Parts: sequence; C-alpha cells; structure tokens
Amino acid sequence: MQTTSIFDLSWMVWTWPTGIFFIAIFTSIAAMGALEYRSPGGAPRHGAFGLDTTRGDRLFISILGSCFIMLAWVGWASDEIWGGLVVCVLWAFAIFKWV
Amino acid sequence: MSSKTQNNKAWWLVAPVFIMVAFNALVPLMTVVNYSVQETFGDNVFTWAGVHWFQDVLHSERFHSALLRQLLFSGIVLAIEIPLGLGVALTMPRKGPWVSVCLVLMSLPLLIPWNVVGSMWNIMALPDIGLLAKVINGLGIDYNYTRQPVAAWFTIVLMDVWHWTSLVALLCYAGLVSIPDAYYQAAKVDGAKTWAVFRFIQLPKLKHVLTIAVLLRFMDSFMIYTEVSVLTGGGPGSATTFLSIDLVKIALGQFDLGPAAAMSLIYFMIILFLSWLFYTLMMKNEDA
Repeated sequence: MQTTSIFDLSWMVWTWPTGIFFIAIFTSIAAMGALEYRSPGGAPRHGAFGLDTTRGDRLFISILGSCFIMLAWVGWASDEIWGGLVVCVLWAFAIFKWV
Repeated sequence: MSSKTQNNKAWWLVAPVFIMVAFNALVPLMTVVNYSVQETFGDNVFTWAGVHWFQDVLHSERFHSALLRQLLFSGIVLAIEIPLGLGVALTMPRKGPWVSVCLVLMSLPLLIPWNVVGSMWNIMALPDIGLLAKVINGLGIDYNYTRQPVAAWFTIVLMDVWHWTSLVALLCYAGLVSIPDAYYQAAKVDGAKTWAVFRFIQLPKLKHVLTIAVLLRFMDSFMIYTEVSVLTGGGPGSATTFLSIDLVKIALGQFDLGPAAAMSLIYFMIILFLSWLFYTLMMKNEDA
C-alpha cells in the first residue's frame, strides 16, 4: 500500500499563480497586523460613502472590491489580467486615501 | 494615551479556533481556488485553464437565472420572516408559566434536521396523499407542486417560513426581554402609545439582534440546499434550481470540477459582499 505523508499537498493541486495569490493576501494581512502593532491606527475615521472604517476595514474593502474588479475584467474586458491588476491597485489606493 | 492593560497571551486561547477554521474553511477554499484555474480529465491529472472557467460561468445563462432565483428567494424569505418573527416576539408573554411553553414550542422547528424538514413537507404537500395539498385543492385551488412552478415556490417559501421564523422570533424575544423596565416606565409617564413605545424604545433597542437575525437568515437562505433538494430537487423543470442546487449538479452530477470551483468562488464572493453590505448598512449611524 502506498503511504503518503500528511505534509503531501499534491491533492491540493497547487499552481504558482494561485500560490502567489494566497501569499499576497496573507502577506497583506500580516503586514497590516505588524503595522497595527507598531503604530496603532486608532479609532475608525469617517470617509467617502459615509463609512466609518479602520485600516483593517479598508484592507477588506480593497481585497473584496479587487475580486469583483478582476471578475468584471476577465468577464467583459480582456483575457489579459494585468490591466485588471492595475485597476485593482488604483482601487485599493483610492480606498485607503478617501474611504 | 490608552491606559488599558494589554495581555496578548489571551491570543493563545483563540489558537484552537484558528486551527479549526484553517482546516475546515481555509484549506478547502484554497483547493477550490486551485481547481478553478485548472481542467481535469480524471486520474488526478490537472492542466492549466487560466480564467476560462470564470468567463464561462459569468456568461452562462444558467448561472444568471439560478442567481436570480436565489436572490428572489432570499428577498421573499427575509421580507416575510423578519416582520413575522418580530411580531411573534412582541406577542409572546414575558412573565408567568406560559413563557417556557412558548419558548419550547418556538424552538421545536429549529431542532428538526434539514432533510427531515424537507421530507415532512414533501409528504404534506404531495398531491395525492398530502394534507396540505388536499386542503388547498379542497378550497378549489389547483395545487400540485410537482408540476406548477408557482406552487413549488409557494411550498418552499412556506417551508422555510415554518422552519426559521422561530429563530427570528427567539432572537427578538431575547432582545425584548433585555430592555430595562425603566424605559417602559418613562414611556408610561410621558403617555406614550403602544406604537410610540415600539418605534422609539423597542425597535432601536432591537437593532443588534435584528442585524444578527437578518444576517443569519440571509446567509442561510442564500445557501439553502437540503430542504429544497429533498422537496423539489430543483424542479419542476429548473423552477427551483437555486445556486447551491445547480452547483451540486455541476460539481457532483457532471463532475466538472473547474466550472464548479469557479462558480463556488463567485457564489462565495456574492455572499461575502452582501453580508458585509447588510452589516455595514445596519450598523451605520451606530452612535447617532
């Protein structure tokens, strides 16, 4: 009988792009945690759309919004994802600046 | 300057939860993301497909109609269950022996497993033997949920209302009981009518439990699978094929892992977005 280690992750069929995707998300959350530890962001601020958001909220809105931007991009704009990525970065910048 | 005591050791107490979530949510989610960008022909051979499945799902007529049905169902269910549950909670006794009777009766539907609920309503609504069908047909209304889409929708909504209104009622009841008597006494001194007491004391005080009730009912109804699967199986035709039912058909019926994974992710994102939206809207002007 073939035995496999519990650390054998081949069943998850990882690919480099999906790996980078998750590393990017986890890194951004960890970086936010580290930043919050070093210099706490404090109470929520009142920004655009009338929302009261902390830094963490803004990160969440950036990531969730980026998912939808990417979907719209690959669905109706182009097969190339790089243009969508640029829009996502602009979106995240706008969220952190104004919301 | 904050003078709060900081003890970060408490984080270790949360560690087991993190590990649990990692195994039952994060790892499967990662696997789904991996599947969504690949094509498989069985035998564990996967080939890169890029964003192809996402494009397929986004342009699929079948996905659009399942999503519309799902949204419609959640809308109807919320519009009925939230006011009804609140109304029931307002009429429930706050003191005396009837309190326990009411609480037990209200909890009963919540204790019944989903597939049993589906089977119960299936038997109740069957055109030839069901009590519900007999009564409705006896009233002169042609009712057959296995043939008529409207009848199928009516039965499913009725089943969900029966199953879950008590959750809303119990949550609201807990909120109502926790309002201190002083508020009611003050209202009495001011000569407030029942409506004013409800509008300016009870409703604002129930804001948090209502938020929880709306979120729970929305997420649950948006992900409904078992009851509908047992009762109608998505039929007649595809009249009650909600996203979850369609997803299972694609993933396990046709074994199209890639499209099913892409659809799951889009489904997940919609739930995440709508839940965030509800929460944000209901918690807005919290201090106002």
